[in-house]
Amino acid sequence: MVAGRENGAARKTLLSTVEAPPRALSPAAERLRARFDGSPLGDRVEVRDLDLPTVEVAPDDWPAVARFLRDDPECRYDLFIDLAGVDNAKRPGRPTRFEAVFHLHSVTRDEHVRAKVLLPDGAEPRLPSVVEVWPAANWFEREAYDLFGFDFPGHPNQRRLLCHDAFVGHALRKDYSPGQRWFFAEEDLRMPAWAMDTEEKAGHFETQTISIGPSHPATHGIVHLVARLNGERITRAETQIGYMHRCFEKMSETHTWNQVIPYCDRLNYVSAMINGVGYVRTVEKMLGVEIPDRGRLARTILSEFSRIMDHCVNIGTNLVDIGGLTNFWYLYQPRESIYGLLEACCGARLTVSYVRVGGLAIDVPEDFVARSRALLESIPKFVDDVERLVTRNRIVRNRLGGTGVVSKEQAIAWGFTGPMLRASGVAYDVRRSRPYDFYDRFDWDVAMATDGDNFARYLVRLEEIRQSLKIIRQALDVFPASGPVNSDDWHVVLPPKDAVYHDMESLIFHFKLIMEGIRVPSGERYEWIEGANGELGFYAISEGGAGPYRLKPRPPCFPMMAAFEHMIVGSTVSDAIATLGTLNVIAGELER
Amino acid sequence: MPLFGKGKALPAHDSSAAGGPADFLTTRLDTMVAWARSNSLWPLPFATACCGIEFMSVVSSHYDLSRFGAEVVRFSPRQADLLIVAGTVVDKLGPTLRKIYDQMPEPKWVISMGVCASSGGFYRAYHVTQGIDEIVPVDVYVPGCPPTPEQLMYGILELQRKIRAGEKSRDRRSAASGEGSRFVWSPGERTAPPGKPS
Repeated sequence: MVAGRENGAARKTLLSTVEAPPRALSPAAERLRARFDGSPLGDRVEVRDLDLPTVEVAPDDWPAVARFLRDDPECRYDLFIDLAGVDNAKRPGRPTRFEAVFHLHSVTRDEHVRAKVLLPDGAEPRLPSVVEVWPAANWFEREAYDLFGFDFPGHPNQRRLLCHDAFVGHALRKDYSPGQRWFFAEEDLRMPAWAMDTEEKAGHFETQTISIGPSHPATHGIVHLVARLNGERITRAETQIGYMHRCFEKMSETHTWNQVIPYCDRLNYVSAMINGVGYVRTVEKMLGVEIPDRGRLARTILSEFSRIMDHCVNIGTNLVDIGGLTNFWYLYQPRESIYGLLEACCGARLTVSYVRVGGLAIDVPEDFVARSRALLESIPKFVDDVERLVTRNRIVRNRLGGTGVVSKEQAIAWGFTGPMLRASGVAYDVRRSRPYDFYDRFDWDVAMATDGDNFARYLVRLEEIRQSLKIIRQALDVFPASGPVNSDDWHVVLPPKDAVYHDMESLIFHFKLIMEGIRVPSGERYEWIEGANGELGFYAISEGGAGPYRLKPRPPCFPMMAAFEHMIVGSTVSDAIATLGTLNVIAGELER
Repeated sequence: MPLFGKGKALPAHDSSAAGGPADFLTTRLDTMVAWARSNSLWPLPFATACCGIEFMSVVSSHYDLSRFGAEVVRFSPRQADLLIVAGTVVDKLGPTLRKIYDQMPEPKWVISMGVCASSGGFYRAYHVTQGIDEIVPVDVYVPGCPPTPEQLMYGILELQRKIRAGEKSRDRRSAASGEGSRFVWSPGERTAPPGKPS
């Protein structure tokens, strides 16, 4: 125990050296500062240089700053990425208790920025809605209202999104007990106000309001669509979610950094590996830990395999929804063989929990390269079969072609990323725009289409499977036959068992890591990677404790599901089902 | 020479011959019906989360649940007699789950697939039902997060064994007991907040 305490002291000195000395603004933040100085807003905002250029603003100035950020020719932050509420109740040193943290992306300039609205203490937390600036903010603001109790004057439909309607309190506030549940009965369910309006207009005798879901074969998980029909056409719709809100963010605040990994895997469980990689990358960046090439390549290879699995399931289920069951069996077979590889690596098939902060849970199996190469041989055949069955099939062309059309401008306004955005003609892929791991060294193309309809999305996904195979092939060529997969920073990674048994220092590191967990330096960070259905980001705040103070994933399918109710107005019910399939909505990630 | 064909007499079957094959068997009707029911389950996958993806594996070509006579997946509760709850059930979904269960015709059985459905799993949280047995009676609990396809198959085999042993339905709160089909749930049970790991 004495040795353990000594080690703790050593760790503390190490922590204090991690804190960066004050320095000049980075070029990006400097440019942002200069732009604001040249505008009337100059003295209203504070530009800071954290991991991203950060604009701090008071709630009253927020709409003007938001418009400036979107419209200024040198800013053009037109793609709404994320809104995270933060409760600073247990975070000394912050100016206000509540903050709303926005992340934005500029498609033209390929850059991220962060905007923080500091909500003054003493009154109810309130900030003006920016739905008119970024339509994608709609659901994000509803979520912040639900979980933090932020009031958004000007919001068109401010009501609970994730928690049920009989819920009392705001769950992500620090004074809310994580286990406090509330009774919910059927009569408590609130429908949209317009859906309760039963007045039948003359000449519209076929008008009716229907519910699709919560349990419906075509909803892919539990989603509730309330739609008003005129004949077979949808004239108005609203999506209700929250049927799978399982409190990821609250749970991550009550667990240690490594214990959060299994929760991350259950966000997008169809490609679980990518979530884990995205999360641990955030923590590693905060720690300043580098992991060896072998570990990074193994992560890349398995992530790309996961992307293939995700696209296979998405295309397969989408085709099932429009009546083509056979393809599903074709597309599910490669998935089963990839499961075999993942199982050989870590023992689990679906929710792998294979990554750890600083590397991987265990080394890859000896036949990892051979197994992966065998998969590279077998998968293209299935993909080709599907392509022959589907791509020129007239039924598929008629069902998917020209339905669910999203223009480039709409896709940006609604905050789309990933295959959905690329199918609408915007070549934004995180692997290309901000290459992580080794994506800049591989030869691959960003799959893109311009039609923006359901068929374009199918084509983009199919092409991405091919590109992923290409990336895996190149990664396997340079995969080191031996060597470590983990960082050798024993403050973060468990030392090898052999060393723990034979050497005192390793034993101490082992003990400290098991008993206390990783100590991440105080600070905040937003790291983002390309998930299977779009930009997957993690915004983490550490207070130096054993676990995250706040962890907010940026779920790629969340803005797409929010746009769904707008996309289907005017289409038939059957086309809406086809469109829903191409969104690739994963309930675990949508509602966390 | 072909065994069968036009103008050929089929081999005569002489049931009176001593030691020959019998045309009848003796059993109880209940046993016979239970045997038939156990081998023709029609599952309704109430798939909410990760377990639903593993359920897809179970019915897909690789694992092929039809070998056990339970592959006729129906999404309408009126056509199903086995409810497989695959994935986390949250409080908002509780009434829906109960409604679907009530809509299924008797006899009916419930498999709770995965730890989330069985006990809330590692989501000891403010919006997660701590086990679907708060809402519907469960016949077989399948552990795992998610269970492997083999585990679910074992669960279905266990259910078949129970059905052959005479189990019909575990519903204690059905119309027969006079309480109607109102969603019954006792708040306050098992809602202790999870402790922060020290």
